[in-house]
Amino acid sequence: MILVLIDHDRGELDPLSLRALTAARKLSDEVHAVVIGSAGAGLSTIVGEYGASVLHVAHHDGLTDYTPAASGRALVQLVSTLKPEAVLAAGTPRGNEQLAHLATILDLPMAAECSEITLGNPHTVVRARWAANLMEQALVHSELLIATVLAFAVEAEPSPVSSVVQDFDAVLEPIDLLVRILGRGGEAAKSGASLADAKVIVSGGRGVGGPEAFSLLEELASLLDGAVGCSRVVTSSGWRPHAEQVGQTGTKVAPDLYIAAGISGAMQHIAGCKNSKTIVVINTDPEAPILAYADYAIIGDLHKVLPALTEAIKATKG
Amino acid sequence: MDVLVCLKRVPLAGSTFLLTPDSRDINTEFLGFGISPHEENAVEAGVQLVEQMGGTLTLLTLGPTEAEEQLRSQLAIGATRGILLETDGEDWDPQATAAALVDAINAEETKFDLILFGAESADSAGYQIHIRVAHALSRPIVTNVKTMKIENGIAQCERAVGSVRELYETTLPAVITVRDGLNIPRYPSVPGRIQARKKPIDHKKPESHVPKLEKVSLSVAPSNSTGAQILGNGVEAVPALVDVLRTIGVLA
Repeated sequence: MILVLIDHDRGELDPLSLRALTAARKLSDEVHAVVIGSAGAGLSTIVGEYGASVLHVAHHDGLTDYTPAASGRALVQLVSTLKPEAVLAAGTPRGNEQLAHLATILDLPMAAECSEITLGNPHTVVRARWAANLMEQALVHSELLIATVLAFAVEAEPSPVSSVVQDFDAVLEPIDLLVRILGRGGEAAKSGASLADAKVIVSGGRGVGGPEAFSLLEELASLLDGAVGCSRVVTSSGWRPHAEQVGQTGTKVAPDLYIAAGISGAMQHIAGCKNSKTIVVINTDPEAPILAYADYAIIGDLHKVLPALTEAIKATKG
Repeated sequence: MDVLVCLKRVPLAGSTFLLTPDSRDINTEFLGFGISPHEENAVEAGVQLVEQMGGTLTLLTLGPTEAEEQLRSQLAIGATRGILLETDGEDWDPQATAAALVDAINAEETKFDLILFGAESADSAGYQIHIRVAHALSRPIVTNVKTMKIENGIAQCERAVGSVRELYETTLPAVITVRDGLNIPRYPSVPGRIQARKKPIDHKKPESHVPKLEKVSLSVAPSNSTGAQILGNGVEAVPALVDVLRTIGVLA
């Protein structure tokens, strides 16, 4: 049996968790899911649609908001009774972190961000390094495999089964609750669509030339109900806020359309945008490295091309 | 306030990777080395805390002999001293690395109030060493921090993951991992570089290990794209792009 951690924020599902369920179905016919915190109980229908026959719900007053150390403790408790062959989660910052707590408490290895998993003795995985620019083939020497599934490596496929809920009370230790949450907010809300969730991102780099010309990107983004992104050089120059940085050290995004204007394509930037469905480059340099990762390109000056594109789109919208 | 920052020497990769003939490592013959981006923010945070509150800033790394270069360049920013856990140059797996760091921390007379890491290493990205260290030292941990305020033995940390922003509080001593954007790392001054040459670095040989997560080989990930289709030059290519936006469903 494979146990999959379904991540949620106060009951709101992280859809990447469904991909981890699909990855688990490929390893075993018997898949269970677990949610940390009572608010996750509402996800039993959806996890059933994606193949989990049981949804375990960890209850505790301290588990309302994200408390990764406590998640790890609750997972240890469940693993010791269920004895699964593997525990999986989505390869997101939260998925990686919660399973790292589990692995640490059990003193077992953890393989983060795996694109392929083969159970065995030892287990074999292919995992991402250098923000998935390099793949590592590795052996995991441990009876229980603890691994996260590389985001976007697997598509979520429905596989409906009837799912039952099994509740358990998490037994936590004082140290698990030493870190207290004081408040929450959505910083992305102020700039329209959040970068992580946007369907369209118009992103600018050094070639934009300064903070003023970002108005060209803002206008196009708002016309397409999208968000503005940028490269690291832009945030380190203070042209745009850090919240808009796309890349290995910023936000990793996967919109339907990513327009990279004046971005040459440092590896750390490409790591953050290469899972976009379509990448369009606007750049004066036909040799820019980002062209190797893009689908379409216009060779030209973004200061002329972006306004022309905005006008052309306005015309199509009448 | 005594602060420890953990670092990792990594190659400064360009836009493509070359591998060694046995495919076990990156060919670094033509590459420079540095530390992971988030770690520069961790060092800057440590320097600022010691400037404001007094105390010491110690740098700790596990790596080859050459990792002394990375310690020296960060000592030039304003750290007090360095500790180098020397390996034979092989990758150590996360459990072995964390165990060696914990042994080194426990061997220190200084009981660090704050241990900082970068949110993730640029190369192996295992997402776990900081958590293993925190557990072994029985300390609370907050990760992915972008704003940090430390007063009266309490750290207030804001973390931003996805579109949700969360504010956390924890008592010190604690382990905190920080992200790019926390601060703007300073460049080393010339006097800083000169002083750094004389600052102490302890060299230690950590116990060898058997990896539980064992690297077999590396391969360069295939690109999703076969290269961009050039739609044209300048504004005259805009109609072609509008057609593309229709085809992919972004425009009706």
